[in-house]
Amino acid sequence: MASTETSSEAKAKPDSHDLAGLEAGLDALDAVQSHRTPVSEVLLKKVLPPVVAVVLVVALWQALVWAKVTDEGSLPAPSAVWDSVSKLWMAGTLLEVVWTSVSRGLLGFLLALAIGTPLGLLVARVKFVRAAIGPILSGLQSLPSVAWVPPAVIWLGLNNQMMYAVILLGAVPSIANGLVSGVDQVPPLFLRAGRTMGATGLKGTWHIVMPAALPGYVAGLKQGWAFSWRSLMAAEIIASSPDLGLGLGQLLENGRNNADMPGVFLAILLILLVGIAIDLLLFSPLERAVLRGRGLLVKN
Amino acid sequence: MTNTLTKDQATGRTTTAGYAARIEHVSKSFAGPAGRQLVLDDITLDVAPGEFVTLLGASGCGKSTLLNLVAGLDKPSVGSIATPGGRPALMFQEHALFPWLTAGKNIELALRLRGVAKTERRTEAERLLDLVRLGGAYRKRVHELSGGMRQRVALARALAQDSQLLLMDEPFAALDAITRDVLHDELTRIWRETQLSVLFVTHNVREAVRLAERVVLLSSRPGRIAREWTVGIEQPRRIEDAAVAELSVEITEELRGEIRRHGQH
Ligand SMILES: Nc1ncnc2c1ncn2[C@@H]1O[C@H](COP(=O)(O)OP(=O)(O)OP(=O)(O)O)[C@@H](O)[C@H]1O
Ligand SMILES: [Mg+2]
Repeated sequence: MASTETSSEAKAKPDSHDLAGLEAGLDALDAVQSHRTPVSEVLLKKVLPPVVAVVLVVALWQALVWAKVTDEGSLPAPSAVWDSVSKLWMAGTLLEVVWTSVSRGLLGFLLALAIGTPLGLLVARVKFVRAAIGPILSGLQSLPSVAWVPPAVIWLGLNNQMMYAVILLGAVPSIANGLVSGVDQVPPLFLRAGRTMGATGLKGTWHIVMPAALPGYVAGLKQGWAFSWRSLMAAEIIASSPDLGLGLGQLLENGRNNADMPGVFLAILLILLVGIAIDLLLFSPLERAVLRGRGLLVKN
Repeated sequence: MTNTLTKDQATGRTTTAGYAARIEHVSKSFAGPAGRQLVLDDITLDVAPGEFVTLLGASGCGKSTLLNLVAGLDKPSVGSIATPGGRPALMFQEHALFPWLTAGKNIELALRLRGVAKTERRTEAERLLDLVRLGGAYRKRVHELSGGMRQRVALARALAQDSQLLLMDEPFAALDAITRDVLHDELTRIWRETQLSVLFVTHNVREAVRLAERVVLLSSRPGRIAREWTVGIEQPRRIEDAAVAELSVEITEELRGEIRRHGQH
């Protein structure tokens, strides 16, 4: 009964109730259903594969040692490396060594961020600045930052400032270039929409250009961190001095000087692990959050 | 005396000018590969306050160019354009919503740029979402909305500019027929409720007749005003109404004639 009533009413005139109902139906049909993946699936698809890969690499390593491919001095057994980890841990210096490098790396990165961001924005938005230093900035990216260590030591001496200088020279171009390419890729439609809404000049930069360029900027940050960490390790290896404190780079260099192959392996593994951990804990979640918010993260 | 006058100016939406947009002898040319190419030639057109005008023309005849000029995104080569109600709002064929903001925050950004106080933005954004019947979509991300819903949020954002003139550049061209039909009804309702002036660009004759009080036909290369029709059919109309169909046939004939003229030389 009720249904015939509504349908005859709908036929009589296209009143707003009918329209609202039609609209609700269309919205329901079209709306995108988004859901979160369960933890077990994440474990199976994201955590298991790398664990398997690590286990395989260690197994292969052990097999090579057992097969005696080279002597003990060139290829230490995994157990020997593990022994030097626990030795360092017992001495209470393991975390200290890691922290010395990580704190330097992160502080240097933050400095690079504070310099690279306004620099990138200037290059992206001011034609004259872009023409003047744009090419140099992208060229600097391909210069290995290890090349900056000798001049930095001469200018600043063997101290922490020199380390930060090398980090900055390595990371600032990456961060600035990431922002520049992020800004270049902002769809012109957004800029035009912003302008009709009154977002011009600084307002346009703040409300439209910066958020629209965020994905490119975050990619630049990721790369900037990788460059910071590399530069720092180069600086620590080349410029080791007792008053600089023991970082991972010096640990590696000490291992070489003492012909302590397990120590060298340990240092390399730690450098690798820290680089991966920072990326995994800080930059990947940031990147995913940015992309997911925009519906740009493709689920597979 | 002075007191009442200021009050009127502060609250009233009506302008003393008697038009929402005045386009006078506007020409526009672009530098092309074969020298300067004249796209718009001596366009003169008024949009009255509260009037709904559709601008109809073949693809590439300069409709978007004209709308961009009225929006102030570009300058005419010759002639002048006046919009006494301030900067017009513009809606594009693509929704142009910002994907880093939710539906509600997109609208709030327009309010913020207009200078609305922070405390009032949320309520105003929700009122506008209700107006386009998307009351529950405040927190929705752009990619979570369907095409029709996106255009409705874009409409709400355009309305948030509180401009007296709304420019629309084929805003429903990418939608399916049923959704477009629904949005026509919504647009007519909102236009009548808000008493906005609308300049609506389309190449769909039926859409033009369905919506407008006045249909303006542009010729192509260069774009000139070829003819105008006043649509006397009472609103709300439906796109399938006989009267709409009849006028559409007449206008289509004229449009075909315009296009055929180009094949002759
Ligand atoms: N910035 C520009 N530079 C050069 N030529 C342009 C520019 N903008 C538009 N044109 C030219 O002007 C003409 C009209 O373009 P316009 O986009 O205004 O057409 P339209 O009527 O909106 O077409 P459509 O229905 O396809 O949207 C086209 O021939 C186009 O090539
Ligand atoms: Mg167009």
